[in-house]
Amino acid sequence: MNGEAAACVNIVETLSSCLVAGGMAPGLASFIQTLMGVVLVSAFPLVLVIFLIWVERKVAARVQDRVGPNRVGPYGLLQSFADAIKLILKEDIIPAGADRLIFNVAPIIAVLSVLLIWAVIPFSPVHIGADLSIGLLYFVSVSSIGALAIMMAGWASNNKYALLGAFRVVAQLVSYEVPMVVSLLVPVLIVGSLSMQTIVRAQIGMWFIVPGLLSAIIFYISNLAETGRAPFDLIEAESELVAGYNIEYSGMKFGLFMANEFMHAFTVNVLFAVIFLGGWSGPGAEQFPLLGFLYLLAKTALVYVFSLILRATVPRVRIDQMMSFNWKFLVPLSIVNLLVIALLLQVTRALGIAPAPGETDFLANLPQALVLLAGNLVIIAGTLAILRNSGRRERLAEQTVVTSRAIVPVGSGD
Amino acid sequence: MIPLWMYLLVAAAMFCIGVYGVLSRRNAVAILMSVELMLSAVNINLIAFWRYTAPSDMAGQVFTSFVFVIAAAEAAVGLAIIISIYRSRRSVAVEDVNLLKG
Amino acid sequence: MLELNATTLAFFVFAILSLGGALGVVTSSNLIHGALYLILSLFGGAGFFVLLSAPFMAAVQVLVYIGAIAILIIFAVMLTRSMTRMTEVYNRQWWLSALVGTLLLLMLALGVIFPVWGEGGMLPNQPVSNEVATTEALGVAFVSGDQFVLPFEISSLLLTGAMIGAIVLARDTEAS
Repeated sequence: MNGEAAACVNIVETLSSCLVAGGMAPGLASFIQTLMGVVLVSAFPLVLVIFLIWVERKVAARVQDRVGPNRVGPYGLLQSFADAIKLILKEDIIPAGADRLIFNVAPIIAVLSVLLIWAVIPFSPVHIGADLSIGLLYFVSVSSIGALAIMMAGWASNNKYALLGAFRVVAQLVSYEVPMVVSLLVPVLIVGSLSMQTIVRAQIGMWFIVPGLLSAIIFYISNLAETGRAPFDLIEAESELVAGYNIEYSGMKFGLFMANEFMHAFTVNVLFAVIFLGGWSGPGAEQFPLLGFLYLLAKTALVYVFSLILRATVPRVRIDQMMSFNWKFLVPLSIVNLLVIALLLQVTRALGIAPAPGETDFLANLPQALVLLAGNLVIIAGTLAILRNSGRRERLAEQTVVTSRAIVPVGSGD
Repeated sequence: MIPLWMYLLVAAAMFCIGVYGVLSRRNAVAILMSVELMLSAVNINLIAFWRYTAPSDMAGQVFTSFVFVIAAAEAAVGLAIIISIYRSRRSVAVEDVNLLKG
Repeated sequence: MLELNATTLAFFVFAILSLGGALGVVTSSNLIHGALYLILSLFGGAGFFVLLSAPFMAAVQVLVYIGAIAILIIFAVMLTRSMTRMTEVYNRQWWLSALVGTLLLLMLALGVIFPVWGEGGMLPNQPVSNEVATTEALGVAFVSGDQFVLPFEISSLLLTGAMIGAIVLARDTEAS
């Protein structure tokens, strides 16, 4: 299926000349060609999400020693279709006192905020929706619209639980945007460009996960929070909130929020593969673009399955823990990381061991990458030492509290 | 290509709507939103002039970025002031903030 | 003089978005609607930036205004919840302000359509060149010593000051 989608992009590229040869006006033909491209690029994640839900349920089931969906179709593959049909057939309820227009528009904006990201994802050396010169910034700004959709949904539902849920989610999304953007600056510093295609090309010699190890980790963690995955799944903390911001939604509008959540989780993993794991780059990818597409999917699948296993195994954090983890740990760490990397980049350039721009050889990229990796490891070691000391101090303080409580004589008054 | 005066006209209209909002609304948050409109209109003007008269020079975009900075700082501090006024006076109507009026 | 093509269409769509949104901001009695209209208006502004080949500014507009300022305003509206539906939207001088706004618009429109400045009292209908400075040049302009490094540093100082000030002001002293 995936190979077909990429092959179709090739057909799209030659479509306009076909149509012009058939007697159509060139302007209209190129418009139709663009439209076809848009439909293909946006239909791909929408179709993919149906299978992603099945993958997610299967992996979670395996972790929990269950079988997972296995009734509809072979291996339960058609389970998601059955669920989707059920959602479409369900009654569409709009609560009394709801702000009808905002209530109805919110799920669409939520899905849009994720779909628009796919416009700048490079599938292969030649296949990309639009190779914007500001691609990475476009991703950041488009995904910030998602918080708005959740706010609209929570407010328009006219339900205090929905509103409280939306407050929590938006606070989480806005906070974790900060370390995400700062950690994205490290690859941008190394490449010197915001264009996605240039970022991937710069990684042909060396994947950015090596020189930008720490920023990759920070990007991954903050993306877990941005997409509301465990251990940050307070968006839909079933056991705490009634259901969060989407409590009043039913039928396909709820389905859109669901699909948005799964699609977003997959999309940020694609971006992780593009920005830190070299995207489509791999042996033979330049000659056979389709191979690049397969490389990208394989890398994404690796990261995605890891996030699924993480989701099924870690417990949920409290909201205050999540906030202080972000503001007191991730944000300072990402800023320190950015400063150190910027300094080391200047040092390597001054020493002359930095590769020439556009260098695709592994060995030429190695010295700079090793220097940056060493810088990363030093920061990580320092952070761990600080954490260990402060943790020990806290445990000691706790122990003294416990012992001092124990020696208070009974009946000495409160 | 669109002539420059059309951009300027739209920006001028946006600015005047903002002026009307600042002068006529009672709610402090609404006044702040109208100020944001005015700043945004200024941005459109800056970028339009930059594109039509000096597209190879950086000054236009740099000044737009400074307007963004001002807008962000203004929104943050303004909303903080409004919230603390609301906390002490239980109102965000600007005519209720009259402690200093003899 | 104005040929109908995709750019012209896009211009009018963005003009309607930004002006309609602006009118919505100043007229809606429900402040949440006002904030959403503001987002619509700013989105139109971002569209103008794209048309004017400043995509970086468009992305920053979406990120800063829609992703941060608008969300902040919505938060503030909800935190001061009792006033989201004020019975009286306008103060007593609303007619005077409308007059001021209209007169100002007339004056600006006259000045824009019949300019007395510029090359021979004419506004350019075409950009002087299609050589547009890149985002990289913008970044260099921010940090190079002979251009804008001082204002850039001062603006970052301003942001830090605003952040600290906002935290101090909005902090609930009684709770702690």
